[in-house]
Amino acid sequence: MPEYGAAGQGGTAAREVGGFLLRRREQIAQRWADETLFRTVFTVSREEAVEAGRTVVEALAQVAGADLSADPEAPGFLVVREQLSQIGSARTRTGLTPSQVSHDVDALRPPTVDLLVADLPDAAPEAVREATNVLTVLMGTLRLVVMETALSEGQALIDRQRLQLLEMTTPVIQLWDGIVAVPLIGTLDSARSQIVMETLLESVVEQRARFAILDITGVPTVDSLVAQHLMKTVAAARLMGAECVVSGIRPAIAQTIVHLGLDLGTVVTRATLADALGYALRKLGTDIVSEASHGAGER
Amino acid sequence: MTRDFPPPVTGHVPVLRLGDVLLVTLQGDLHDSTAEQLQQDIGEAITRNRAAGVVIDVSGVEIVDSFLGRVLAEIAAKARLLAAETVVAGMRPAVAITMVELGLFLPGLRTALSTEDAIRLVGGGDAHPAARPGGTRQGSP
Repeated sequence: MPEYGAAGQGGTAAREVGGFLLRRREQIAQRWADETLFRTVFTVSREEAVEAGRTVVEALAQVAGADLSADPEAPGFLVVREQLSQIGSARTRTGLTPSQVSHDVDALRPPTVDLLVADLPDAAPEAVREATNVLTVLMGTLRLVVMETALSEGQALIDRQRLQLLEMTTPVIQLWDGIVAVPLIGTLDSARSQIVMETLLESVVEQRARFAILDITGVPTVDSLVAQHLMKTVAAARLMGAECVVSGIRPAIAQTIVHLGLDLGTVVTRATLADALGYALRKLGTDIVSEASHGAGER
Repeated sequence: MTRDFPPPVTGHVPVLRLGDVLLVTLQGDLHDSTAEQLQQDIGEAITRNRAAGVVIDVSGVEIVDSFLGRVLAEIAAKARLLAAETVVAGMRPAVAITMVELGLFLPGLRTALSTEDAIRLVGGGDAHPAARPGGTRQGSP
């Protein structure tokens, strides 16, 4: 029974806070507009900041009114989630750490508490403390929601960048008529190897390339899986009627391949991209001659 | 509506003669009986025409299974016994990847990017016997 009473009292305090937030939303929004968080996010005009602050305060009032102060999943927050994520991501983009953003959000609390205390001049100290408690919890939840949206924003950014990286790091270059090359840079994993294989084979068809050069100068390490992928790419290119040359195998990688006991016997390898190009050109019946021998020759 | 779809091709795959090269174009699914028939036809055509090469154009094949891989390997083996060379031409990237994933590397088979290249490869194209593959592109980047 006493618990029920306490809960009822809490409910009253929450409703009171909700009412206060709704009544004073204009004032609170004005105060918030001066805080770092709103000032730095809404740089265009103060009106914009006040408007955004008002929306957030209204949402908070609704959450408090529903007595869900401690629930970050409260329906009230859903309305302003977009706004909050905008705030959160704008702050994160400027290079602030999550804890700094959290601190910024927390800075909204003191002015609001001041206003609340001023709003209840004749209330019993007990009731005032109760109301401040509710407000503190509510602001804590707001902080949590902002952090959550900011973090999910960061995750989305990482996902987007990973995709971009996959696209960026596999350029297929046409070195000569009928010769394409892929300079591989960075660590290869299964997903990337797959994309390399696909883009290379696609370009073999597109450019009608009889030679495809896989240059792995920029690949720091090779494990058995990557080596297997290389072999598969070479085999698939051969099935399509193109010859695949692997170039730029570093001494350390060669050592690793030998230690792993992998047989690259069927793969044509050359020390550098230039050697591979020379090999392909010769096979195509084209040759590059230096100026000196050109002059000395009968041509 | 379903009646409008053509029934699966179970008849012959035509074997065309171009000079001393035989050209076979595979399209879509290859059925067991068709494959059997094709192997026989190629064998007969090689001996009848004294063909020096067989070009199998697979650019119309979009789905591949181990069966097709085996058929290709068998045709190649048979043609070699009859002193003809087999070239598979125009394999699509997706098909090539699938073949490799299936472990079908087709070791004894020659390949070419297109039918044209393949015919040149097996010694056809009597019009320019001196032309080397890629020779016409010489010197142009």
